[in-house]
Amino acid sequence: MIAIRDVRKSFGTNLVLDGITLEVTQGEVVCVIGASGSGKSTLLRCVNGLESYDSGEIVVAGQRVDRDKHHIVAIREKVAMVFQRFNLFPHRTALENVIEGPVYVKGEPRAAAIERARALLVRVGLAGKEDEYPHRLSGGQQQRVAIARALAMQPQAILFDEPTSALDPELVGEVLAVMRLLASEGLTMIIVTHEMGFAREVADRAIFIDGGKIVEQGPARAVLSAPQHERTQDFLRRVTHPF
Amino acid sequence: MFATKDLAEYLPLLARGALLTVEVFALALVVATLLGLGWALMRVSGVPFFAGFAKALINTIRGIPILVQLFYIYFVFPDIGIQLSAFEAGVIGLGFAYSCYMAEVFRSGIEGVDPGQVEAAQSLGMSRVLILWRVVLPQAFKIALPPYGNTCVMLLKDTSQASIITVAELSFQGKLIASSTFKNTEVYTLVALMYLVMCVPLIVIVGRLEKRFGRK
Repeated sequence: MIAIRDVRKSFGTNLVLDGITLEVTQGEVVCVIGASGSGKSTLLRCVNGLESYDSGEIVVAGQRVDRDKHHIVAIREKVAMVFQRFNLFPHRTALENVIEGPVYVKGEPRAAAIERARALLVRVGLAGKEDEYPHRLSGGQQQRVAIARALAMQPQAILFDEPTSALDPELVGEVLAVMRLLASEGLTMIIVTHEMGFAREVADRAIFIDGGKIVEQGPARAVLSAPQHERTQDFLRRVTHPF
Repeated sequence: MFATKDLAEYLPLLARGALLTVEVFALALVVATLLGLGWALMRVSGVPFFAGFAKALINTIRGIPILVQLFYIYFVFPDIGIQLSAFEAGVIGLGFAYSCYMAEVFRSGIEGVDPGQVEAAQSLGMSRVLILWRVVLPQAFKIALPPYGNTCVMLLKDTSQASIITVAELSFQGKLIASSTFKNTEVYTLVALMYLVMCVPLIVIVGRLEKRFGRK
């Protein structure tokens, strides 16, 4: 469903992605872990064309990700994204945020979009919050609206860019619960995360990126519980025992 | 200080001037806002030609006193076949000069919008025009409102500069009355108060708008 082949990208002289090759199949949940600055967010952003790449190839649902505007829009309709800082539209209510894409990008009739949006908000546990503006919602609630907004596009996959990193610790659980639900329903997900427990439990596969390269990958349980590579071991030790 | 008789005599004349001030202000504001928005959009368009043109224009116009611009439009334009009444020249001159201040107000508003907003809109597959219209401009408007209000108040007061090309607005009438009656204190105090009174509704309106949009 998503094929990344030998993708390279640099910002100036800084090589961020150094030949990444990765295949994600339909219904697979892949967690990408690694230190900050390792290139994992950049990789995610390349998949839906928010960032361009210098060489290699990314193909999403048979569509090559390149500079062609029509291709990029087609891909973004298939692959939604959830951001670290939620990026909800502050001047629109929760419901309006969710129907924005369906109504204005896909041209779905408003009434139908609203009906679907209400159901989606119920699904992420936000029944009754339809008319709230984002600033009246907690971080966890905002992120769940953002997930509903992504789902409203009826995507084939969702990219999660550190979805819980900006949340207070007590709010992380409610967002992970929604993501766990989506994973169990067979949605294709690529998740950049530091939640190792969640990754171990929910992900089919874990990818460890360091210095723009995939250092180690495999079944999430294996990679996260018994990493083979020294750098993976080192990283996991620092994440789980910071002191 | 004021004799009631004087008031009764001057007020109608000054009121007529004030009316013209409001007219010049309102029309110049429309010109300035529309053109200013245009320049700002050109500057952030990402098209080098448009961005460069708007930047050069804004910096040129901002670097020339409004008074000189008014002289130019009123006295030099006829030489190239463009004959304008004093009122028209005043509206166009002030509107054009202020469009450049407005452009910077709008640009700072647009650039003040969190880039994450644009990324979120992009990731929904929105086109550039749709992003501008549905996501960036509504938020930019809120950011730009306080400096926009400030610029409006400045424009209202700067309409007095149109008196130099014989637009008979408030300060022009004031000068006429003062120089024929020698009652400088009375007349100019009245003129000052009338400008102040005209500014107050403007400040109140902008304040209300800020509150309304600030709530969201």
